[in-house]
Amino acid sequence: MAQEARQKERKHPSVDAYLAVAGVLTIITLVEVGVFYVPAFQRILAPLLLTLSGTKFALVVMFYMHLKADHRLFTLIFTVPLLLALGVAVALMFLFGVFVLQTG
Amino acid sequence: MSHAATHYTSTGLDSRKMAFWAFIGSECLLFGSLISTYLLYKGRSVVGPTPQEILNIPVTSVSTFDLLMSSLAMVLALAAVERGDKVWVRVWLGTTAVLGIVFLGFQVYEFTSFVHEGLTLQTNLFGSTFFILTGFHGGHVLIGVLWLVTLLVRSFMGKLGPEKALNVEIAGLYWHFVDVVWIVIFTVVYLLQ
Repeated sequence: MAQEARQKERKHPSVDAYLAVAGVLTIITLVEVGVFYVPAFQRILAPLLLTLSGTKFALVVMFYMHLKADHRLFTLIFTVPLLLALGVAVALMFLFGVFVLQTG
Repeated sequence: MSHAATHYTSTGLDSRKMAFWAFIGSECLLFGSLISTYLLYKGRSVVGPTPQEILNIPVTSVSTFDLLMSSLAMVLALAAVERGDKVWVRVWLGTTAVLGIVFLGFQVYEFTSFVHEGLTLQTNLFGSTFFILTGFHGGHVLIGVLWLVTLLVRSFMGKLGPEKALNVEIAGLYWHFVDVVWIVIFTVVYLLQ
């Protein structure tokens, strides 16, 4: 089991995959900045930008930080505090009435 | 890639890598609290300048692209060290460090111009939360650059062969984490005004 875990830990993407991810990250960044300046997107700007940002975040974590190929325990160690931080942020925003301020 | 001097946990995973992921998890909580604080006080400043008046999107877009490309250089450095290519390890580690320094240069320029336009840490809630959040991130970038320089020096001393690939991988984890934090900051602070 230990040997199997070590082998799984060592699998990394190829250089071509790294370059492809960089290309996608560049395109998403250009789209992000582009939609910021287009008035037609203003109504859906927040969900659109958060989706694009989330995609970039996931790409870097999965391919550059190797979580896609690495052992699942590393993913667990990373995602639990990440979700906790996200939960605390959302809870605080409700507590401070941020969502009420924006809708009312 | 061999891990001659590596200590494994009972799971068979490297203990240093496991510990570093736990550290990154704690960093998620740190930056989560800083970003939350920024969002909680967003739009509550009673005096200007406001984000709409002062943030420079074109300049920050370039610095964001710069940091993204530094992440590419970092993974290329890791690939080079894994195949034992000493020259390209130095090229890509050096490139990553230089791109990190360029990012810090953009941040110094931004902070300086904001201060000249009247936004300081004490001006309003936006100034306080903005400088604390981006300042902490900049501090992390600076630590990353120093770490990269030490790796580069060790490479020139002939102490960064394929058996030390994990050292580069762990430095890379730190660098990429700093990158993903900026991905969030760029969207939440700069684009969602």
